[in-house]
Amino acid sequence: MALRTFLFAIVISFAAVPAAAQETSAPPIEVPNLDDEGGLTGSVTDDSAWQDLGIAIPAFATNREVPTPANSQGTTALGLELARVVFNDLRNNGLFRPVGPDALPRPTYAQITAPAWGTWQGRAAEMLVHGYVRANDDGRLTVGCYLYDVQLQQELVREGWVVAPAEWRRAAHKCADLVYSRLSGESPFFDSKIAYIAETGPKDNRVKRLAIMDSDGANHRFITNGQSTALTPRYSPDYSKIAYVSYLNGYARIYIYDIGTGRQTLVTESQNPTFAPRWSPDGQTILYSMSVAGNTDIYSVPVTGGTPRRLTTAPGIDVGGSYSPDGSQIVFESDRSGSQQIYVMNADGSNQRRISFFGGRAATPEWSPRGDLIAFTHIAGDLRIAVMTPSGGGMRHLTNSWQDEAPTWSPNGRIVQFFRTARNSGETSIWQVDLTGRNERRLNTPVGASDPAWGPVLP
Amino acid sequence: MKKMALAATIVGALALTACKKEPPADIPPPPQGTTPTPTPAPPPSGPVPGTQAHFAQVMAGRDTIYFDTDKFNIDAEDQAALREQAAYLQQYPNIRATIEGHCDERGTREYNLALGERRANAAKNYLVSLGISADRLTTVSYGKERPVALGSNEQAWARNRRAVTIVLN
Repeated sequence: MALRTFLFAIVISFAAVPAAAQETSAPPIEVPNLDDEGGLTGSVTDDSAWQDLGIAIPAFATNREVPTPANSQGTTALGLELARVVFNDLRNNGLFRPVGPDALPRPTYAQITAPAWGTWQGRAAEMLVHGYVRANDDGRLTVGCYLYDVQLQQELVREGWVVAPAEWRRAAHKCADLVYSRLSGESPFFDSKIAYIAETGPKDNRVKRLAIMDSDGANHRFITNGQSTALTPRYSPDYSKIAYVSYLNGYARIYIYDIGTGRQTLVTESQNPTFAPRWSPDGQTILYSMSVAGNTDIYSVPVTGGTPRRLTTAPGIDVGGSYSPDGSQIVFESDRSGSQQIYVMNADGSNQRRISFFGGRAATPEWSPRGDLIAFTHIAGDLRIAVMTPSGGGMRHLTNSWQDEAPTWSPNGRIVQFFRTARNSGETSIWQVDLTGRNERRLNTPVGASDPAWGPVLP
Repeated sequence: MKKMALAATIVGALALTACKKEPPADIPPPPQGTTPTPTPAPPPSGPVPGTQAHFAQVMAGRDTIYFDTDKFNIDAEDQAALREQAAYLQQYPNIRATIEGHCDERGTREYNLALGERRANAAKNYLVSLGISADRLTTVSYGKERPVALGSNEQAWARNRRAVTIVLN
């Protein structure tokens, strides 16, 4: 599916309040003045201040029960599913203590803009999410999302989206993002996708397929059939392509897979193995590693082709790499000192300097989209996920398991995903953890899973 | 006697001196049911000389060399095995070979791909130094993707840190 069909518009003006709501004596909706009138305002930086918020998320209402391709049972059932997606987004990430629609009364369509405050105060809900879904004449869906402060009986934020029926989950993710951003002060991240490697079969005959899914595991899709080993995918910033390594013709090479056309091309025609592909933040450049006579260095090449530029020349292994959000610097891995350590260089390869000096080995650095941290794999006996500042300070572990590796950041730089390998069986699974290290959970995937790569928030 | 069967002598020496980075005694698996022979004369029903099956049978495990953790140097034990490989390749000058570099599971994926390249190239370079033409030899790294020993312990990891020579037919 082409990106442009994902979300037709992010448009719901305040005039787009449900028409029926106005007809049924709901108070007219004024433009709320949110940020300067008490309640939750601004950025809440202390996690504990908002993580324990009780949030009620009842089913979304509908103005008219009609069939929709998004749900065989119609828009009423779809409203329940929308609320479930919002609930699971907020619950599964350890961010809040939401109560979901299956444990709550259903508001009427009119109540979406005029909550029954007494009902929700009686349930000790501090925050209330309301939403509605309307099937439009053109077949698309309008989904509205409202966040209320129950104690203040005040609307905090609202937004609405028009989506194709097949993209109904995206509207729910946008709603979860709206609630999360308003309450935490952080940037959104739920409406995003993950590329990864699906693993099946025994340890000595593992089948590895390129696969993609939404950030909550929905809309899962295998892209390659497993006949050749696929490794280390990376979504292009606009989600139109995936760079990954395949042993398609017997040797490791980076391919650029076009999601729209299903075609793929080699990133470079070199006879040498290429691996560890990375996109620049603007999507115009691909960083890759290439071994020549056993010596691995990092190169960059324009996505459109052209002459590769060699960025490292050390005789050791220089591999991987991750651009800073502004594209000016690259953090990468090198064993030029004798063991794997983390280095930073300018995007043209100049000014290479080591930043990891805390003992053990350090690998797979990934620059946070916020720019403030670098996540990496710390190898000291076990393999663990850790973060540090771009100057190498403040190193701390986020996980403590036998083998966790290859961190990838949530689009807002608040959560790190990685994969965990089980001792002996070698079974792999994708996990994520927040920056406190306290909220760790396993993602649901159909089969074993490794090499996660989290893309940006969808437009 | 020893001079009459150089390869056999090397095999014997290996058995006596295997020590610091041994593949475990039961490994690598012996070829199917036949005694390794230094000559290319197979049993009547055996593999055809110059094929991978024949090479593996004649090498009797010396088609693989092993490495210490994070290392890719060729030590005396490896040199002995590679000399035997080189002798075979010289005996069949028309065959080509590829060398697979592998790592144990206790490293990150991309670094291991690079490390496997180093190991495969170290083996290749030694074969070239013994007179095998470089254009008869290719390399491929599988990193940690293709273990032969499945446990998560030092013994298994020692078996997986390897470079394996495969004759291409």
